[in-house]
Amino acid sequence: MGVTIEVNNLNAWFGKFQALQDIKMTVEPSKATAIIGPSGCGKSTYVRCLNRMHETVADARVKGDVKVGDLEVYGNGTAAVDVRRRIGMVFQKPNPFPTMTIFDNVAAGLKLNGYRNRVELEEVVERSLRLAALWDEVKDVLRKKSGASLSGGQQQRLCIARALAVEPEVLLMDEPASALDPISTGKIEELIFQLKEHYTVVIVTHNMQQAARVADFTGFFLMGKLIEFDKTEKIFTNPSDKRTEDYVTGRFG
Amino acid sequence: MAQQKHVSLFRQAANHAASFGAAASAFLVLAPLMAIFGYLVFKGIGSINLAFLTHTPKPVGEVGGGMANAIVGSMFILFIASFIGVPLGIGAGIYLSEYGKSRYSTLVRFTADVLNGVPSIVIGIAAYALVVLKQGHFSAMAGGVALGIMMIPTIARTTEEMLLMVPYAVREAALGLGIPQWRSTLSIALRTARSGVITGVMLAFARVAGETAPLIFTAFGNQFWNLNPNQPTAALPLQLYVYAISPFDEWHRQAWAGALILIVLIVVAVSVVRLATRRGSFAGSH
Repeated sequence: MGVTIEVNNLNAWFGKFQALQDIKMTVEPSKATAIIGPSGCGKSTYVRCLNRMHETVADARVKGDVKVGDLEVYGNGTAAVDVRRRIGMVFQKPNPFPTMTIFDNVAAGLKLNGYRNRVELEEVVERSLRLAALWDEVKDVLRKKSGASLSGGQQQRLCIARALAVEPEVLLMDEPASALDPISTGKIEELIFQLKEHYTVVIVTHNMQQAARVADFTGFFLMGKLIEFDKTEKIFTNPSDKRTEDYVTGRFG
Repeated sequence: MAQQKHVSLFRQAANHAASFGAAASAFLVLAPLMAIFGYLVFKGIGSINLAFLTHTPKPVGEVGGGMANAIVGSMFILFIASFIGVPLGIGAGIYLSEYGKSRYSTLVRFTADVLNGVPSIVIGIAAYALVVLKQGHFSAMAGGVALGIMMIPTIARTTEEMLLMVPYAVREAALGLGIPQWRSTLSIALRTARSGVITGVMLAFARVAGETAPLIFTAFGNQFWNLNPNQPTAALPLQLYVYAISPFDEWHRQAWAGALILIVLIVVAVSVVRLATRRGSFAGSH
């Protein structure tokens, strides 16, 4: 089951440039929430603030409250490493570990955090690959092929399996299909439908049709501010803010 | 029409000249190596026999005997040197790649570059002062320390460069999984950069394998077998030096053979490491 994400007064900077201003949002569990907006509006930055990846950039700063389930992400005693184990992330360009086999890729999150039990690892790897709809395609070459030898769409599903293997409560996806062909994109979108039953999914996308297809809720960002956040249907058919309407109807973007 | 043809002919000629120049340069690089190796084979191959490879030197002037103790002694000293130089070098390289921008790192890099340029005999003297004088005798350990120190700068710089070449996306993927930074560097970045790091280690190894000067005041040489790190030990380059400047034809003959063996050993060592660590079993890894 997914958990609720509560974001309050979230501000983020790159050096002196303020990328996010006072973001307030509640992400529902077991639902898919899309983050849309034109380039540079802060969508990726927002999502990377949720799992404390934003601060890995030099000169980056965050201020505000993020609560994932019962975890205060920016709480005083909270370690970034713990946050990232509970919140999984899939990046825009598939990035499997190039020197590892498919099996080792999926198991990496567990192995490198100390879990060594072979039987358990095999179970987890199979379960994760099934969840990511990749098991049938790779089950015979798990330990023979490297992660990097798969096709783009398969690599991305491998990255999804890898993220799922550590059993996060939330799955963040930063434009997961933008580097993929339409067929792979379709597979990933189907996947999101299945995944949202078990996880809270937040997906950044510049493709509005994709948001309309997969997401239950949508947030529209513009220049670092959250302009509107509502059920996807409402955002696309009857938005409250004119700027939202201009964007979804394609007047700018 | 006529003008076009004139230009393209010149271009063709220039192209051919450049290609030829490049090929000639490559040949000029290989030629000395081939010449040396060929000459060594010519002069040395006749003297390599089972006796040479298994016997210790005979007393001065007598015919026969071999360099077995020097061959083994060299390998022993190089093992000690690698034991010191490889972990320290890789460790320094990891530090430089992770914390590269600090003042301290700049100092470390500068020191490594200077150390790289220090003449090997000076390093030998330093090891003499630090190890031999303290221990009161020559030893393989002292020789290993001298050679190990010489390995560090090459390994450190190469490791740093190779780690910096690991794409950020790979590190990001590890961070996103909640893997701590240090673990990510050791298990993922280092593994990705493995091939390059090993090249650095092999380069350092090949360089120190033939060093003679640092061993003169440290390992000192030994006419007999020795596998005790606290005793003077024979080494191939040392033995070659002593034999080559001697007045005995017999020893000259053996020196040629020894030189050939040294080159062959280095080539074999590098090849074995490459073979053992290749990742050729993965299809399509980049």
